[in-house]
Amino acid sequence: MNSFSTSDFRRLVTDYLGMAVALAALITVFSLSTEHFFSATTFRTIANQIPSVLLISVGMTYVLVIAEIDLSVGSVLGLCSAVLGVALTKWGWPLWLALPAALGAGLASGAFNGLVSLRWRLPSFIVTLGMLEMARGGAHAVTKSQTQYIGAAIEGIAGASVFGLSLPFLLAIVIVVVAQLVLSRTVFGRYMVAVGTNEEAVRLSGIDPRPIKLAVFLITGFLVALAAIIDTSRFQSANPNAGTGFELQAIAAAVIGGTSLMGGRGSIVSTFFGVLIIAVLNSGLAAVGARDETKRLITGAVIVVAVIVDHYRHRLAKGKGT
Amino acid sequence: MPEPASLLTISGLCKSYAGPVLSDVSFDLRSGEVHALVGENGAGKSTLSKIIAGLVRPEAGGMELRGEAYQPRDKKDAERRGVRMVMQELNLIANLTVAESIFIERLPHRFGWINRRQLHTDAQKTLQEVGLGDLDPSRQIKTLGVGQQQLVEIAAGISHRCDVLILDEPTAALTDPEIERLFAQIAKLRAAGTAIIYISHRMEEILRIADRISILRDGRMIATRAAQDITLDEIVRLMVGRELGQAIHRRGAGVPPAISVPLGNRDGLSDDGAVALRVRGLRRGSAVKDVSFEARRGEILGFAGLMGSGRTETMRALFGADRRDAGEVFLDESATPAAIHSPRDAVRHGLALLTEDRKEQGLLLPLSIRANLTLLCLRQLSRFGGWIRSAKERTEASAWAKKLSVRCHSLDQRVAELSGGNQQKVVIAKWLFRDCRILIFDEPTRGIDVGAKFEIYQLLADLADQGKAVIVVSSDLKELLALCDCIAVMSAGRIAATFRRGEWTQDKIMAAALSGYLQKQGRGGIEN
Repeated sequence: MNSFSTSDFRRLVTDYLGMAVALAALITVFSLSTEHFFSATTFRTIANQIPSVLLISVGMTYVLVIAEIDLSVGSVLGLCSAVLGVALTKWGWPLWLALPAALGAGLASGAFNGLVSLRWRLPSFIVTLGMLEMARGGAHAVTKSQTQYIGAAIEGIAGASVFGLSLPFLLAIVIVVVAQLVLSRTVFGRYMVAVGTNEEAVRLSGIDPRPIKLAVFLITGFLVALAAIIDTSRFQSANPNAGTGFELQAIAAAVIGGTSLMGGRGSIVSTFFGVLIIAVLNSGLAAVGARDETKRLITGAVIVVAVIVDHYRHRLAKGKGT
Repeated sequence: MPEPASLLTISGLCKSYAGPVLSDVSFDLRSGEVHALVGENGAGKSTLSKIIAGLVRPEAGGMELRGEAYQPRDKKDAERRGVRMVMQELNLIANLTVAESIFIERLPHRFGWINRRQLHTDAQKTLQEVGLGDLDPSRQIKTLGVGQQQLVEIAAGISHRCDVLILDEPTAALTDPEIERLFAQIAKLRAAGTAIIYISHRMEEILRIADRISILRDGRMIATRAAQDITLDEIVRLMVGRELGQAIHRRGAGVPPAISVPLGNRDGLSDDGAVALRVRGLRRGSAVKDVSFEARRGEILGFAGLMGSGRTETMRALFGADRRDAGEVFLDESATPAAIHSPRDAVRHGLALLTEDRKEQGLLLPLSIRANLTLLCLRQLSRFGGWIRSAKERTEASAWAKKLSVRCHSLDQRVAELSGGNQQKVVIAKWLFRDCRILIFDEPTRGIDVGAKFEIYQLLADLADQGKAVIVVSSDLKELLALCDCIAVMSAGRIAATFRRGEWTQDKIMAAALSGYLQKQGRGGIEN
């Protein structure tokens, strides 16, 4: 049967066309403003920069879809990176053992966030805020606040390239595609949207929302650990301060992509566009020589404008149905 | 002898929401009287009092207060004119203190700084008046019991100078000594010339304190009598309306064809009537006190009772939606109780609960009809461990939507856009998809227009025909009389009486529904 109907196509257009146009417009403006911008180097730089933020934003979108939030992602990235660095340098672990240790740290943090907020019915905002501090503290404790220089042992991950694209970038793209399909085409994804829309109705329908929520926190922890491995490899060092502020970048990317902070609505592909828009904005502003304070002012304004535009777009879509 | 002058006169009042709620209601209220308003659920008592208090605007009709036209724009406006209502639902803010709650609208202050001392003494004085003199005005509302909260709410109401005071079910959460104190206060207000409109299900109280009693039924004012001239039996008869008791009497007769058809075919099937669900000694807090009943396959069991009689709470507790304090649930004549501790367990055992509040608890409003319909059996519609087969989901969902004639232009339409009746059909289809054996419907036709109501009735009857056990909780007695094979009447958290078809009359059911509130201890069972 045809599983890709015209209504699917129309939805694809209404969902993504606006963001694609916005992205194209940004690229055009920057390309016209300065000859330094539109070049292979710029795009390669962007492609190298975004994988870790992209993975975290995917996790954040999942968490937001189930009407929760995870503020600890940036710190947990720092913790995973610290574990990886210290395991390789201080403890002399081989890579095949250090990588699972880093992933384990991410999963453990996700398990903590999920289990504590579910067991005591605490808002995830509070639990993950606590985790934000604890994970950062853990990262500093493990590294004794020293950046761990790893060197060639880990270079291979970020350095490897396939068809001229870096391995992390490809990995991130694959994860974006899989995560989008899981969200829109699987039972688990449907449950996520349902829980985020009305948890009580889901519970009364005989579906226990708790395992679903726990799974989402675990997935986020895992994606954060992957991001940590990528960044550690890229810088060939583990900085205990790595990932500072990533939680806000990830929330910004998801929100620019139209994900609702109230839950029940979100798209991984839109989040991908959100990440791209922020990345292009950053390097574009850098290319035109904007100062750091200007960059932040403009990025902040873009987030607010994106949400306002989304508000009207959503109202329009709602109004048409009736 | 001339009639005492009216303080408030109402004539020809009309108001409708989905259907008419008040039609051509006239009413008069005199200074210094306690005027009780009685009627079944949905008779229009609350709407009438809300109109008087300025919370709702009437569509037609006029009101006069002290001989002047009275059209309150809002609650504030009514209060300025000396009309005030103490609501049934508590309106207090949990984190404020008692004193702050009473004076929330007029905190004594100077340049914005609250004068704590004056607030405290004023509050103490007011509390004294309702017999709460021993309550510390600086305690937080949330530390008080429900009864005390209600008294504080009443204190806040009467602390204002007012000529008309409306009390909506003021004693619902009060203990006997608290009720006595409230009555003493009412007597004081009455002596001071305040007119009090008193709404309550508790006939004993009404007969005790009311000067006059007005009876509403189906949005019409049936009668106003002096309290000493009317008996309890008479009130019940007027509330129910005898002629209606005879109009829908037997299956089919007088019932619109939509429901008489399936009901007519059912006699053969319902006779096998094996017990599908047996509940023993169910308890939950103060709402459900020792409830036992059985539901049979192929039958519709109705649950009648007044608001707050514990019907919804009973259903939620047996479904595992709320923790139960005691009680067991047996399925299919099994001797061992079924382990139902969560809605998940209940669904696994073949139970379905269609909640009273379908928008908040039954549906995923912003999602599509399709997603709502298939939520419960996505597993069956998927392969490779959770990959939804979109095409199959679509065909199955549209088959169910068609079967229940859900009117929509596409299955991708958001459920929020559907009418109440179609939303209810979506909820029903969602559960039928799952093939449940015992279906509990809590207020299945609330807020649904008449045409859709009959479709829902038809569905309920069809389900029973298919051998399912159907339980219907409804505040619409006529609906239960037309549909059910058996009606259990709940009163004050207990089952007061159970009637099989043919044994019941509306009078008997209404008397049973009131019985728990008549006797002090609220023991179940009434004599007929």
